[in-house]
Amino acid sequence: MTTLNLLPLIGVIIIVIGFALRFNPLLVVTVAGIATGFAVELDWHTLLTTFGEKFMNSRQLASFLLILPIIALLERYGLQERAKQWIASIKSATTTRILIMYFVVRECSAALGLLSLAGQAQTVRPLLAPMALGAATNEHGELPRWLKDKISAHAAACENIALFFGEDIFIAFGAVLLMDAFLKENGIAGIEPLHIGLWAIPTAIAALIVHCFRLARLEAEITHDIETHHLNQVSQEVAS
Amino acid sequence: MTHAPNIEPTALLEIKTIFLIIGVLVAFLVYKTISDPNHPKKITTALFWGLFGSIFLFGDASIAMFGAQVTHTWVGLFVIGIAILAGFGLVSMGSYQTTSQQEKESYANKYGNKLFVPAVLIPIVTVFCTILLNDIHLGSIYLFDQQHITLGALTLACAIALVVGWKITGGTPLLAMSESRRLVDSIGWAAILPQMLAMLGGVFIVAQTGDSIQSIVTLFVTPDNRFALVAIYCIGMALFTMIMGNAFAAFPVMTAGIAMPFLIQMHGANPAALVAIGMYSGYCGTLMTPMAANFNIVPAALLDLKDKYQVIKVQIPTALILLSFNIVLMYSVIF
Repeated sequence: MTTLNLLPLIGVIIIVIGFALRFNPLLVVTVAGIATGFAVELDWHTLLTTFGEKFMNSRQLASFLLILPIIALLERYGLQERAKQWIASIKSATTTRILIMYFVVRECSAALGLLSLAGQAQTVRPLLAPMALGAATNEHGELPRWLKDKISAHAAACENIALFFGEDIFIAFGAVLLMDAFLKENGIAGIEPLHIGLWAIPTAIAALIVHCFRLARLEAEITHDIETHHLNQVSQEVAS
Repeated sequence: MTHAPNIEPTALLEIKTIFLIIGVLVAFLVYKTISDPNHPKKITTALFWGLFGSIFLFGDASIAMFGAQVTHTWVGLFVIGIAILAGFGLVSMGSYQTTSQQEKESYANKYGNKLFVPAVLIPIVTVFCTILLNDIHLGSIYLFDQQHITLGALTLACAIALVVGWKITGGTPLLAMSESRRLVDSIGWAAILPQMLAMLGGVFIVAQTGDSIQSIVTLFVTPDNRFALVAIYCIGMALFTMIMGNAFAAFPVMTAGIAMPFLIQMHGANPAALVAIGMYSGYCGTLMTPMAANFNIVPAALLDLKDKYQVIKVQIPTALILLSFNIVLMYSVIF
């Protein structure tokens, strides 16, 4: 019987409470790190060097900053406005159709290993979100802020879900190689990365169907949201 | 992805060079913040980004000159400084001189679809370089750092897009950098969160938090009930991923703790299907957690959403449906 050591979990508890109470996440994460370190009796200096080392070694996570200057420049010269105008010129473009098209193309390209073909900073912010918003504006006129946020959030979600469930089909992707290495290390022979990639296909198809079904319903949701919004406005005007 | 560190060939676009470029960009933004006449929290905001930027500008040089121990110590102190500045609300937006809505509309009409060219160039050049130019070299000098080809390709693509954007709009790269302060400031602390979480993940590994989670999950194991085992493995993968923010960190712990002894060895499950579907169950967790900040929080900040958890909220229904699908699928195919 192994003893159950719960002390290292103090950081997890701090994270859950801190995020739920909406303290600044940087502070919550740092406090959780310090508390976890102390719980397992690390001294201050070891804790500091662990912080420093891990932070240094994950600097590539900040590489999206490199994309921002060109995006910011293009936005200065009306990139988002152009994306909206362009969508307005395509009569059949709706928010749902734009998002579904992006989702399908993104999941298929990820399955072929083209992971860097899109991303939150390079495609969602400058192109996909303005186009999805533009299509909704054409249909319904100026949108309230909360509805704009909802459509933008859907654009970001499309990128994530399509990427995650497409990439594991590609057999040279890190996750597949990680699984393969794990099985070999644990003495299970005769499994090729191809087998793992093949078993990723059912869930990838399920993700496609489930999410596109939700996106198909989004159009009706937006229409409903707008109607309720207008009704509320009217009733507010009547009341005042 | 990590490869075995062996001989390191020299490259034109080394990872250290890319970090230096990021450092220079951030330093420029700090300078712009200090010269902002109407910034409500000028000094502390400049300090916040200054601490962050120095880790990129001086980190590698400091390791070369003073060694890892000294460097990691001051970086650790800087990180705590960054957390305190952000935690006490001392970092804010400033004032920005960008174009008005009207000017944007008229520029959009003037340049038309040419505006899309630089934006579309970034992914195309990145993919082109990673596929066709990945191991291009002259003698022993490679174009890209062989450990970080995508990052090198992305950097090159951004540089090319900047030049093309300059050609089309007349806006110089310097103007582009100034304009990016508006974006970086609106992203704010979220830009640093992914690295902070990677750091916390490191502390969790040192503290062996994974073992504690594994032993809690094992408490629920009923070795004879196959369906319950499958459900515990998949839900455990999702939950552990939500805590660590990364399915790769959850995978070895949960698979070694539950799937190997109970499903593969005891019930003879098919390993390929098991690991593939297990990993996807972890991805369902990734969609539901703020700990996967670069996927869930940074985009919310990039899109300037009022609720920084809104992307997660939109993803939760799909994630839960797919998690249930995975459990049923795994149960019906692995035995």
